[in-house]
Amino acid sequence: MKVFKLIFKNALRHKLRTALTIMGIAIAVMAFVLLRTVVTAWYVGVEASAANRLITRQAVSFIFPLPYAYRDQIAKLPGVENITFANWFGGTYIDKNQFFARMAVDPETMFDIYPEFVVDPAELGAFKRERNACIVGSGLAQQYGFKIGDVINLDGDIYPGKWAFVVRGIYKPRDKTTDASQMLFHWQYVDERMRRDDAARAGQVGWYIVRISDPAQSASIAEQIDALFKNSRAETKTETERAFQQGFIAAAGTIIGSMNFMSFVIIGIIMLVVGNTMIMSARERTSEYAVLKTLGFSAFHLVGLIFGESLLLSCLGGGIGLAMSAPFVAGFEAVIPRGWFPVFIIEPITIILAVSSALLVGVLASVFPIQRALRTTIVDGLRHIG
Amino acid sequence: MDPIIKVQNVSKSYWRDSFEIPVLNNISFDVPEGEFLALMGPSGSGKTTLLNLVAGIDRPDKGVLSVAGTDIAKLNESRLAKWRSTHVGFVFQFYNLMPVLTAYENVELPLLLTSLSKAERRRHVETALTVVGLEDRMRHYPRQLSGGQEQRVAIARAIATDPTLLVADEPTGDLDKRSADEILTLLERLNKEFKKTIVMVTHDPRAAEKAHVVRHLDKGEFSQN
Repeated sequence: MKVFKLIFKNALRHKLRTALTIMGIAIAVMAFVLLRTVVTAWYVGVEASAANRLITRQAVSFIFPLPYAYRDQIAKLPGVENITFANWFGGTYIDKNQFFARMAVDPETMFDIYPEFVVDPAELGAFKRERNACIVGSGLAQQYGFKIGDVINLDGDIYPGKWAFVVRGIYKPRDKTTDASQMLFHWQYVDERMRRDDAARAGQVGWYIVRISDPAQSASIAEQIDALFKNSRAETKTETERAFQQGFIAAAGTIIGSMNFMSFVIIGIIMLVVGNTMIMSARERTSEYAVLKTLGFSAFHLVGLIFGESLLLSCLGGGIGLAMSAPFVAGFEAVIPRGWFPVFIIEPITIILAVSSALLVGVLASVFPIQRALRTTIVDGLRHIG
Repeated sequence: MDPIIKVQNVSKSYWRDSFEIPVLNNISFDVPEGEFLALMGPSGSGKTTLLNLVAGIDRPDKGVLSVAGTDIAKLNESRLAKWRSTHVGFVFQFYNLMPVLTAYENVELPLLLTSLSKAERRRHVETALTVVGLEDRMRHYPRQLSGGQEQRVAIARAIATDPTLLVADEPTGDLDKRSADEILTLLERLNKEFKKTIVMVTHDPRAAEKAHVVRHLDKGEFSQN
């Protein structure tokens, strides 16, 4: 018989209590992983941003457009390698619950500036040639079963009317953090309709994406771009793509911060659950620890027994929780409106945090019972009625 | 021949909150090797405290306490624990077996602290359980045994390491008459056949009759009767 067997037998002494403790830890770990995954999903845009891309938008608000004419002026500035633009289209596909990004873009430059959107050259050629063509992300194509040649019908809201786009390409994400759920089509196609139906809205783009040759010059180039349009009808605000994405998240900063905080509160809850179990167990076994000391077992042995049991419970609970986290997160993703989180994956750092937390809980939850077992003298321990 | 236990001018007090409660007052006595000593006296007379001191699970406030040639009052906690594991076998009133371990595993517990191989441990455990007549109950858990059988397992655990000294605190206090007789016969046999030195605390005059020497304690001192 080995000491590990005694640890295992002690842990299973109160089967219901042990099972409830392990379940408590497992559920807490699942909740922790889910919250961390949601927080991570919010930051995916920031993580995916490139250092050599600047975003120029309307200075007052992102929702106001900029003149198409700014494009050439920005492109002429020293340090600017290339420029493209995009426009939030909105619209409805099937119903309001089918949410994904639909954007009018410049087909000639868009994929040069976003190399992380990987498109087959033949498909890109076909997309460029047809005015009403579109390219969709592989995630979106998989979600709705889109194939090359399919027609996607949208009901316009920002841009009223019925819109039909033919799928001519499917882009694949180069990186894990690349959004593969976008639908991109010709800005010119939308602009022509605006010229015909609402001329005042023609010749406008949502924002510019500027690729620069030296990321170290980003602040200086941003200043130069904004200086170009100072005191104009549409002043600009230029910032790095990362800052631009962070600006989006800042609006939901309090919620994300709360979720972040809650994820660590959960760790505290696990600690209390395991700690409570270990304290109860150690108290019940006060006289048994005294007997072990009488037989010659040292403080080191007692520490091993209590610490081992605490670690066994937290590792079992943590392991089960982690194993169940993947289906749990997938289930959560299935019930939230599609497209809310373009990239919704459990990051390795989340797993590392969950495992570390389970181990930390195992260590900390055993501190008080160990202290108590070591402090109690054999004589007092033998008198104890548990 | 030198006595196996030498107690000289030992005193011991306990503190309960701010009150000092004297338990043993300047006690001196010797126990020769192979003796079966019974300590008797009313509750609170200090007999269990004296037994605990001799067994090395408590420390005297003053005096000299030598057991098997070692001044155990001077050993630190870890050395004292190691000393207990090789020199003392303890039998408790309420058996104090581990409820999650079988009779075999309970007897094996003190042997885990030795350098014996698994096969050697098995031989020791089987011998000890055979001596107490429980070789057919090895796989039984304490809850599956009677009180007398539990105490016999506890005795097997106490003798498994072949200790120098066997101490027993009210070993028959929780047993019916028949089981108590069995335990006393077993202790007597361990003393006679296996030459074990035994110090036993008891309230039971029938138990004391089995001992060679009976000492009475009263208010922390040996009395004459």
